[in-house]
Amino acid sequence: MSDLVKMEGITDLTKIGAELISQGAEAKTFKLNYFGMECIIKERFVKTYRHPTLDSKISNKRILQEIRSLNKCKKNGIDVPGLLFVDIVQTRIMMEFVNGITVKQFLYNNCENNYQNTQTPEIIRICREIGQQVCKIHDLNLIHGDLTTSNILLRTSTNNSTVFIDFGLSYTSTLAEDKAVDLYVLERAFISTHPNSESLFNEILQSYKDSSKNSPSVINRLDQVRLRGRKKLAFG
Amino acid sequence: MVIVMGFEGSANKLGIGIVKDDGTILSNIRHTYITPPGEGFLPKDTAEHHRSWIISLVKRSLTESGLTHKDIDCLAYTKGPGMGPPLRSVAVTVRMLSQLWKKPIVAVNHCIAHIEMGRLITGAKNPTVLYVSGGNTQVISYSLKKYRIFGETIDIAVGNCLDRFARVINIPNDPSPGYNIEQLAKKGKNLVELPYVTKGMDVSFGGILSNIESIAKNPVRLKEYTVEDLCYSLQETVFSMLVETAERAMAHCGQTEILAVGGVGCNERLQQMINQMVSQRNGQSFAIDERYCIDNGAMIAWAGYLIFKNNITTPLCETSTTQRFRTDQVEVTWRDD
Repeated sequence: MSDLVKMEGITDLTKIGAELISQGAEAKTFKLNYFGMECIIKERFVKTYRHPTLDSKISNKRILQEIRSLNKCKKNGIDVPGLLFVDIVQTRIMMEFVNGITVKQFLYNNCENNYQNTQTPEIIRICREIGQQVCKIHDLNLIHGDLTTSNILLRTSTNNSTVFIDFGLSYTSTLAEDKAVDLYVLERAFISTHPNSESLFNEILQSYKDSSKNSPSVINRLDQVRLRGRKKLAFG
Repeated sequence: MVIVMGFEGSANKLGIGIVKDDGTILSNIRHTYITPPGEGFLPKDTAEHHRSWIISLVKRSLTESGLTHKDIDCLAYTKGPGMGPPLRSVAVTVRMLSQLWKKPIVAVNHCIAHIEMGRLITGAKNPTVLYVSGGNTQVISYSLKKYRIFGETIDIAVGNCLDRFARVINIPNDPSPGYNIEQLAKKGKNLVELPYVTKGMDVSFGGILSNIESIAKNPVRLKEYTVEDLCYSLQETVFSMLVETAERAMAHCGQTEILAVGGVGCNERLQQMINQMVSQRNGQSFAIDERYCIDNGAMIAWAGYLIFKNNITTPLCETSTTQRFRTDQVEVTWRDD
């Protein structure tokens, strides 16, 4: 416990040997060797652009949602980073370090911007696994809220099995609508980051469809959600 | 040397601009249709405004730039998106001038013109673009010959939300409702709690507008908060949502530059928030002033030139307009990265 106690008063984590590995939109991610175990500290920093009242409200809400969702997933056998320690005051959570790369990086490495002709069995398998896991998450009535290819990791030690991260925007809902919007976010992030990858996303959808009896209503809803963006060449 | 004349009239601003192939702006004039407080601009009346001003604006821009119509190589106009009747009035004029002067026409996507103008003025190379105006709210990133939309509003545009609130509190539309809200907001102190609606990269403003409208119309709530407080809270909430989604797009795409364009993009509070966001991520932000941020003719001329330089023109029979014309439908022929 001594290191954890030490962490509490420290505002700059790099002073205890933590290494900044990425800065997302929400938080800074540090890597730290903790009693010989590699771990991640995700620290939500104060957004100076946001009004302080608004910022602390949003920040507190999201850290709680993240913890609850990570736990719920873990309990139900969905691979997410294991939660080690939570510090609400300094809005930090300590998690297991997942050795691997993001799906985004994997696709960049393996497809070289041509997603139509480079569909190896491995890529198909990963897409099908994403669909299946997202479906499992939705069956827990959990909405991820920010499904992108940067928020899905591939764990090296288990031959690139998927690990879902960043549940800061997650929430609980039983509605097909919310689940469909979640898939729509993934679709848009997928296709705008990986142009011409429509067929890969279809693999995800197909396996989502095959994975649960609740899926058909979500997929139907998705067709309605797709019509909603502004100025589309469709009427809806 | 190529000189292009651009015509913009997708909303209540009518703009004529003349731009040279090196990016020099020879003329950029604008006439705005301003309605009385409490009223928005209707398509029919806006089209009427454009029709009655366009010829004198064309003449003025030629005089201002010291050119005659013989010096112009190409006419560029806004094909869409925008309001139908105003778009059509401008397109008709362009077709007429094209036949009179024997000049080719290039049809331009309004959103693309905003982005390219921003890149021209600021020199930003490959920025994440936050395009915010009265008709559009999009977070855009370039990849493989397309400007791709990462996030957008799922109901009304942010500028539309501000404009409609300006109507509720009955403040003048001159010079623009958003500008007047910005001035009132500077005097606001108390933050009213409003919904904060982000769905992944998407945002929604409809619920926020109804919520703040109900506060503004409720005499009991108005004892707690002043109109200035409401303007302040509205700005703080909706701009936070925009900056947050823009930041998420930057993080996802690994970009360090951000460019704000569109009418709301010249709001100083929004620019300040963008600056604070990028300084926390060691990035760089680019902003442009109202001459180029708000709809104008020069941006249409410049985007028209970019298309025209590859010898692409629009045949007369295809110079139609469309209200629905998405940013990601346009093939970006002028960028090679």
